Amino acid sequence: MRIVVGSGKGGTGKTFLSVNLFCFLEEQGIPVSFADCDVEEPNADLFLKGEVKSVETVFQNLPVIDTAACTFCGKCHDYCAFNAIMFIKNLEYISISEELCHDCGACLYACEFDAISEKKKELGKVRIMQSTKGNRIVDGLTNIGVYSGVRVIKSAVKKLENQGVEILDAPPGTSCPFVTTASFGDYVILVTEPTWFGLNDLKLAVETVRGMKKEFGVVINRAGDGEDPVSDYLKKEGIELLAKIPFDHKIAKWYSEGKIPVLESSDLHKIFYEIQRKLKI
Amino acid sequence: MKEIAIISGKGGTGKTCISAAFSRFVESVVMIDADVDAANQHIILQPDNYIEEEYVGGEFAKIDYNKCIACGLCASYCRFDAITQNKGKVLIEEAACEGCKLCMRVCPSSAISMQEDHESRWYAGKIKNGVLFHARLAPGMDNSGKLVSLLRTEAKNYAKTNNEDLILIDGSPGVGCPVISTITGVNEVVIVVEATQSALHDLKRAVEVSREFKHIPTVIINKYSLNEEISTEIENWCTENELKVIGKIPFDLVFHEAVQARMPIPDFAEKSEINSLLFDIWQQIYS
Repeated sequence: MRIVVGSGKGGTGKTFLSVNLFCFLEEQGIPVSFADCDVEEPNADLFLKGEVKSVETVFQNLPVIDTAACTFCGKCHDYCAFNAIMFIKNLEYISISEELCHDCGACLYACEFDAISEKKKELGKVRIMQSTKGNRIVDGLTNIGVYSGVRVIKSAVKKLENQGVEILDAPPGTSCPFVTTASFGDYVILVTEPTWFGLNDLKLAVETVRGMKKEFGVVINRAGDGEDPVSDYLKKEGIELLAKIPFDHKIAKWYSEGKIPVLESSDLHKIFYEIQRKLKI
Repeated sequence: MKEIAIISGKGGTGKTCISAAFSRFVESVVMIDADVDAANQHIILQPDNYIEEEYVGGEFAKIDYNKCIACGLCASYCRFDAITQNKGKVLIEEAACEGCKLCMRVCPSSAISMQEDHESRWYAGKIKNGVLFHARLAPGMDNSGKLVSLLRTEAKNYAKTNNEDLILIDGSPGVGCPVISTITGVNEVVIVVEATQSALHDLKRAVEVSREFKHIPTVIINKYSLNEEISTEIENWCTENELKVIGKIPFDLVFHEAVQARMPIPDFAEKSEINSLLFDIWQQIYS
C-alpha cells in the first residue's frame, strides 16, 4: 500500500505526519519504507536520520546544436513547446535556454539534418538510506536554480522497496510536483490546519485528488478549542476525518528539535493507532 | 518604484500574515500573491475583484480513439511516462503529460490533439489601501512560474499608470519555478524563517536561490520563542553568512486569531505588541 501525505498549504504538518507514521509503524515491526518527495526542500531526513547507503545523480538531456550542420530552417524552434530554443533566421542565430528545456526530445525528432545531439545536465540527487531498524528511506534534492523537481521525484519513488507500506511525503501546493507524487499513491492523506487558510487550500487539494480519482482522508493538525471551519466542511462533503491532532507546545518543541513526538507522547500514540486502524494497515 | 519579495523556503512560517501586515503600514500598496497554487492573501485582504481573466497555462494530449490504430509509437517517444498501452489500448495520463506535443507529431493517424487548460484564473481586486493581484492555477498544471510573471507584469503596469511606489510580493514555499519567478529582478528579498530545524535547513536553500539571482536577502525569525536555542542557531548562521536578521517575532496566538477573523494584524490588533514589532521590522525594509 502506497500512502501519499500532502496538504495544499505549506507548513501544515505533512512531514510531521509522515515521519511519525513511518516511525510508528516501524516500531510495531510492520514493513515500511519512506520517500521524501518534497525535493525542493526535503526535511524528513532531519528526523529520520537514515544511514546513507548510496547516492544517485538525476540527469536530464539537453539538446546541443551543431551549427556547422544546422541549416537554420527553424523547425526545431517551431516544435519546441517550451520556448527553449531561441532562433533568429536572418542572423543565423540559434541557441538553447537550458532552464526552459523540459527534455521532451521534440527538437531531436524535428531536425532533418542531424544537427542536434544531446548532453546530460545534472538536476539533483537521490539518496538511498536505511533506518536503524533496517527499513528503506529515500529522498530527493533538486539543485538550486532547477525549475521543476518532477524528474527527481520520479527517480526517488522508483527506489522504494515495493513491499509493505510505502509512505510518500509530498511537496506543498497542487501543481505538477504534488500531482506527480499523488499519482503514485493508493491513498492520499491531506494534512490541514483548522484555519481559513487551511480550509481554502484543503479545498484545492480535495479538488485535485478527486480529479485524480484517488481515495483520500484528512488529518486536522494543531487543532484547538476555537472555531474550526475545516470540520464543518468535511462533514458537509462527507470526507473521512482520520484524526485531529491537538496543538501542544511540547509536541512543537520536540519537533523543532528534530525528535519524533509519537515515540515520546502516549496521547499522540493513541491518535496514530486510530489512523492506522482507519487505513487498515 | 520598488518591488519587495517575501519568501520562506519552508511553508507555514508566516509569510502571508506578515506580508499582509506590512501592506497595511503604507498609505498605498500594490500587492501580489505569488503563491499561485495555494493563494491565501485574498482571505485576509478581501479584495473586491474588478478583473477576472482566464490564464491558459498548459496543454495536454488527448487521443481520438476513432482514429487511433494502437501502434504504440507515441508511447515509445514520450519521455514523461505519460503514455502506456494496456491490452492494445493506448492511454494518456493527464497528470504526467507536460504538453510537449511530440506524441501528436509522431502519430501516423493524426489521432492525437492538444487540449488547453481553461480552469486557471488570475484576478485583480481593490483592497483597503490599494490593489491585490492574485491567481488560481488549475490542479496539476505546469507553468506556475509563468503565471507569477504574468501577475508581476500586470501589477507593474498598474503601478506605473497609477504612480504607485511599492509592489509587495507574497511568495510561495520551495525554491522552484514560482519562487525563481518571484525573486527575478526585484529590489529586495526578505526571508521569513521559524525556529525549527526544518526551517533552518530550508532557509539555507532559500538563501542559495536568492544569491543565484544576485540578491542579499534579509531575514525575519518568526515564532522564535518555540525554540530559543534553534532561534540562536539561526541568528548565528545568519551572522556567519553576512545576512542581517531584521526582526524576531515570538510565538503569539494573535496571528491565528487574526486569520480566523480574516483581518491583517494592524486592523485586528492595532494596539498589540506584535503589531508594533511588525511595524518596526517594516521600517527597516521600507522607509
